[in-house]
Amino acid sequence: MAADPTGVLTGQHYLDGNHAACEGALAAGCRFASGYPITPSTEIVERIAARLPRMGGMFIQMEDEIAASITLQGAVWGGKKALTVTSGPGFSLMMEHIGLAAMTECPCVFIDVQRGGPSTGLPTLPGQGDMMQARWGSHGDYEIIALCPESPQECFDTTIEAFNLAEQWRVPVMVMMDECVGHMTERVIIPSADKLSVLDRRWTTKKPGEYRPFDVGADLVPDMAKAGDGHRLFVTGLTHDERGYPVMNHKAQEKLVRRLVDKIRLNADKIAHYEEDQIDGAEVVVISYGITARVAQRGVQIARDKGVKVGTMRLIVVWPFPETRIRELAQKTRAFVVPELNYGQMSLEVERVAAGKVPTVLVPHGGGEVHDPEVIAEAIIKAARSVS
Amino acid sequence: MSDTATNPVNPYLRLERMPSIWCPGCGIGTSVNCFARALTQAKLDLKMTSIVSGIGCTGRVSGYMSLDSFHTTHGRAIPFATGLKLANPDLNVIVYSGEGDLMAIGGNHFIHAARRNMDLLVVCVNNFTYGMTGGQVSPTSPGGATYTTAPFGQFEEPFNLPHLADSCGAVYVSRWTTFHVRQLTKSMREAMTKKGFRFIEVISPCPTLYQRRNKLGDGLDAMKFYKESSVVKNGADTRDLNIGFQTPITVGNFVNRSRPSFIEAQNKRYTEVFGPSYKPYPEGPHGNGANA
Amino acid sequence: MAVTEIKFGGFGGQGIILAGMIVGKAAALYDNKEATLTQAFGPEARGSACSAQVVVSDSRILYPYVHRPHIMMLMSQDAYTRFSPELAKGGTLVIEEDLVNPVPLPEGAVVYKAPATRIAEELGRRMVLNIVMVGFFASVTKLLSAEAVRKAVQDSVPKGTIDLNLKAFDRGFEWGKKIAN
Ligand SMILES: Cc1ncc(C[n+]2csc(CCOP(=O)(O)OP(=O)(O)O)c2C)c(N)n1
Ligand code: SF4
Repeated sequence: MAADPTGVLTGQHYLDGNHAACEGALAAGCRFASGYPITPSTEIVERIAARLPRMGGMFIQMEDEIAASITLQGAVWGGKKALTVTSGPGFSLMMEHIGLAAMTECPCVFIDVQRGGPSTGLPTLPGQGDMMQARWGSHGDYEIIALCPESPQECFDTTIEAFNLAEQWRVPVMVMMDECVGHMTERVIIPSADKLSVLDRRWTTKKPGEYRPFDVGADLVPDMAKAGDGHRLFVTGLTHDERGYPVMNHKAQEKLVRRLVDKIRLNADKIAHYEEDQIDGAEVVVISYGITARVAQRGVQIARDKGVKVGTMRLIVVWPFPETRIRELAQKTRAFVVPELNYGQMSLEVERVAAGKVPTVLVPHGGGEVHDPEVIAEAIIKAARSVS
Repeated sequence: MSDTATNPVNPYLRLERMPSIWCPGCGIGTSVNCFARALTQAKLDLKMTSIVSGIGCTGRVSGYMSLDSFHTTHGRAIPFATGLKLANPDLNVIVYSGEGDLMAIGGNHFIHAARRNMDLLVVCVNNFTYGMTGGQVSPTSPGGATYTTAPFGQFEEPFNLPHLADSCGAVYVSRWTTFHVRQLTKSMREAMTKKGFRFIEVISPCPTLYQRRNKLGDGLDAMKFYKESSVVKNGADTRDLNIGFQTPITVGNFVNRSRPSFIEAQNKRYTEVFGPSYKPYPEGPHGNGANA
Repeated sequence: MAVTEIKFGGFGGQGIILAGMIVGKAAALYDNKEATLTQAFGPEARGSACSAQVVVSDSRILYPYVHRPHIMMLMSQDAYTRFSPELAKGGTLVIEEDLVNPVPLPEGAVVYKAPATRIAEELGRRMVLNIVMVGFFASVTKLLSAEAVRKAVQDSVPKGTIDLNLKAFDRGFEWGKKIAN
């Protein structure tokens, strides 16, 4: 815990991913959290419950995840940066309110520490089976942003990035951790506050009467106001106009939903965040994310030792999907190999974007542990052989 | 809402959104008139007052009031309001919704907010049916009445809402019908300036669905029935407030007590635990809820 | 790229996880190495054989789990029975000699024994058994510098118990030096 319990943690620490994510939220300025305990995410709410009260913040354990996932939105409209935390079963219950946050453009952060599923599944063991749910889980059409950390250090870093992206684009942002990164302990380096980049809310400078809550500029994102600012806000999950007033027709729907989708799609290249290695001349590019990216790296080493030219692309922002870059890679390489702890989710996206130019080889795993690096190496070698 | 031009509650409404969606004779508008009057009488700072609804005919109330208005998801007005209040305790936060919204899909949130004594005023318009979706059975539907989804008559035991609120710990509980406009306004006013979880049930006619299907006439017939069959019993034991099909309705102010709100209780506890170094969380307006 | 896999085993309440945490922290924060700690969660973690795993490496650790530990520090017979077959060939066993009877012995294993419970009792608190073992571990394995591990003990134990725990560490460390002579 912090040396100064009223302050943000800094310096070098030996922390697990869950504790690091909590510190990331606090460093990003989060001062409200609502939650409901669920393995393997519980340590995040436990730590934040202990930390917030002495930092002038508020934590509340709600009666279920349905409540937790809307209580945080109330807090955002009350002016706070807010977080909720869960795992698969709770994430399922939160879907309705991910839709609400997308529709009302409520900047807020959801952390899902993924475990094996479906249903109660494997509470204490890792999975990556919620990746499509993060993107498509609520009804209707909308866009969100999701990130995948691969280490405790990145649990800290991506949680800050998530808050910043939420404020910049006014969407719900999901940090898609997994049990493995959540529960593994490693060195985490936390810079002092002046070295961190933390975005404030895009508060409107307009006066009551002038301000229309859903007017937008070039980036398609409206500036925000909070309850009590005198604007007589009207915020609804119904299709609405720039004033926020419900309008029940297809024109209003087209205008609003188009913008909700476009503000992310047209800015996807700005939001993109990935790491690449040895792409030039690679016969095979391994695309992976989260804990699997680390394990895959070991498989890549094995394949390289056997003479295969392998490049890697590690997705940090997974949604919006980095289509532009993967389309480029499909021109350069001969095959994609996608290991993930599910039976094919992000690999479908790779396949879609590769559009038949190069084959996409899924290395599936049901979860409960991570891949055996040898299995990934074999898939890489096999893919390289089949295209050479 | 036909007399919008002259109505003294106009300043509280988003007139540009009139006429409302409510049917002629519907009681929701009447309750809103009482609510607007109570807002004036309680001298609440309107800038610092937010109204939160779920989904339903009653759920539309938030969007007609010229306050900070939040029209959320079905059943979830209370947890949204909880976050709003806790984020800025200086706000007066009022939840206004139907009994299906608050007590069926949202029932779990209701009982827990009352247990925590969350500092919210909850106004529940009880019209014994789901209006918005076309007259289905609701958690307060009386035995014997028929509904589109209880075509052969309701046989489940309905909730007695004041008893539910009372036993979960609400600090203020009352029930009136839309006939009792003066009393309802007064209760709303009282409740607005009190701290903690406050609950007002408004028995209200739904002429289009409930009345018609059960051959109970129109809105006026409902008023007549409320007038003739209501029994005012302030301070009545909330266990005795069941409502049957067209049986007498006991109305009144039943509970008015005080206990520490969620934030007050939290501050008390943390001050004990952490000592004087603990900086209490802002508690918002005290006693008289009006912001100075 | 030297990678060392370590497993710590004992029964719930002995401070096994803390022992692993101290070794991981010593490596990652005070000895210029990388160290990843994983542990079993849920009902398993509360049972009679609980464990923590630490991978220590000079370069970035990719695969976080431990399957064939090079070193095991074991503090209960149950943990010994369950975990010792996983030991890598020619691996090192660091055991509490009154709590663990190391039979059957894995092939080629090197065993170091310390009467850590008795040492802890001499210090007046049986509870510091795990720290005595950490001292002993540091001394016989020489994986990390003594200073690094000592520092990790110091900032991992409750404030009021630092002196006692450092004493426990030193006694364990001395025992290791003694049996080496
Ligand atoms: C999750 C969800 N389920 C169902 C609905 C459909 N729905 C809208 S309003 C409503 C019931 C409203 O009844 P009540 O709260 O009594 O309000 P009234 O319309 O009678 O004022 C239902 C079931 C919905 N909007 N969302
Ligand atoms: S359907 Fe019933 S509750 Fe809804 S507006 Fe009409 S009368 Fe009122």
